[in-house]
Amino acid sequence: MSIKDEGFKRYLGKKYPETWRDMPIAAIVPWPGNTAEVKTHAWRTIKPVIDQDKCIRCRLCWTFCPDGAILEVDEEYKTSSGRVFKISYKVDYDHCKGCGICAAECPVNAIEMVPEER
Amino acid sequence: MALSKPVRTIWDIPREERFAPGHTMCQGCGAAIIMRHLTKVIGKDAIIVQATGCVEVTTTAFPRTSWLNPWLHLAFENAGAGASGVEAALKALKRKGVIDPNRKIKVVAIAGDGGTFDIGLQSLSGMLERGHNVMYVVYDNEAYMNTGIQRSGATPLGAWTTTTPVGKKLRGELRPKKDLIGIALAHRIPYIATASPAYPTDMVEKLRKAYETEGPSLVHIISPCTPGWRIRNEDSVKVARLAVLTGMWVLLEIVNGKPRVTVKVPKRKPVREYLRLQGRFRHLTDEEIARIQKMVDEYVEEINRWVGEQAIGPVEG
Repeated sequence: MSIKDEGFKRYLGKKYPETWRDMPIAAIVPWPGNTAEVKTHAWRTIKPVIDQDKCIRCRLCWTFCPDGAILEVDEEYKTSSGRVFKISYKVDYDHCKGCGICAAECPVNAIEMVPEER
Repeated sequence: MALSKPVRTIWDIPREERFAPGHTMCQGCGAAIIMRHLTKVIGKDAIIVQATGCVEVTTTAFPRTSWLNPWLHLAFENAGAGASGVEAALKALKRKGVIDPNRKIKVVAIAGDGGTFDIGLQSLSGMLERGHNVMYVVYDNEAYMNTGIQRSGATPLGAWTTTTPVGKKLRGELRPKKDLIGIALAHRIPYIATASPAYPTDMVEKLRKAYETEGPSLVHIISPCTPGWRIRNEDSVKVARLAVLTGMWVLLEIVNGKPRVTVKVPKRKPVREYLRLQGRFRHLTDEEIARIQKMVDEYVEEINRWVGEQAIGPVEG
């Protein structure tokens, strides 16, 4: 199937196939990484909250997160004891599934799992 | 761009995410951690060939995909064969000048333990034997977790699964785990490694070396499964770490037949600590645990003899 193919054009024109006629041969998915649109936040019952003052920026939570839901951002942060960090860790609450690995692996207990309230 | 320099610390792992979130893998899934780091290592110039399994099913529910690389779905049995075909096609396209011959494009095959140990073993063997330039990554969750926890060739001795239930007659899995590293070693391939997601720098460095290897390479990674192993969500990394610390899982690296233990354990913990955390081993009696301990002792002794040093020490306490 080529890009000039009528079916493929119809497929690409829409955001997602609407009827079976829009289905391409071999079910090609031309939108890489589009599961990011799916919000998996409803899975969790507890959510991680990072204490930026306690956090020592060891990167372990970022490393062990199965969902890539710990974000490493270039944001300067000055702790209450005066220590300045160039980076910060934030939680992507749209995709965090609330497994608690980050809180279990944190060496300084800077992450707390608190009950989710909606 | 794939990772070019060696990974020594956790800060050498690239920040860029190449594995989209929003996939439907379980909370605390070990395989998701592995896939995140794998995609960070291989970069954009890689074609992923994936056998059916947990990761395949959860990341690519039509019309969505978590992958940013070209990605090919295959059946359970032919990840090795499909990867060989893609690699041969790349060679032909380079020869015909369709693709720049100097461009490095690697084929990465990903399969679970069912697609490797049992169903896909013949195609894996063929791929290794023919010497295709393919990196094969096995995430081993020790049963067919995706279809509902049926036993596979990778299920360890004594583990409960739905097809090895625990009752009066049967006490969980009867046979020890199949030795995949031994099978790969018999094909005399240039690079074989075992890894654990609890040791991320070690795992990423091994994946990088496997990616750099010319010819077939195999990386065998333990992947804790929260529903199948009956563990708490937050314990999956802890369990993967305990597997290494108890000697159940030895982090090996075999380059051109020369073995080396990358993470040495001077004093290993008793296997009880690893088994106790998991509900699939809950039924084990003291004698059965002692039998598993004896099996691990023998395995560790065999590894130490093979690498020629005391890489994994005696049981502490």
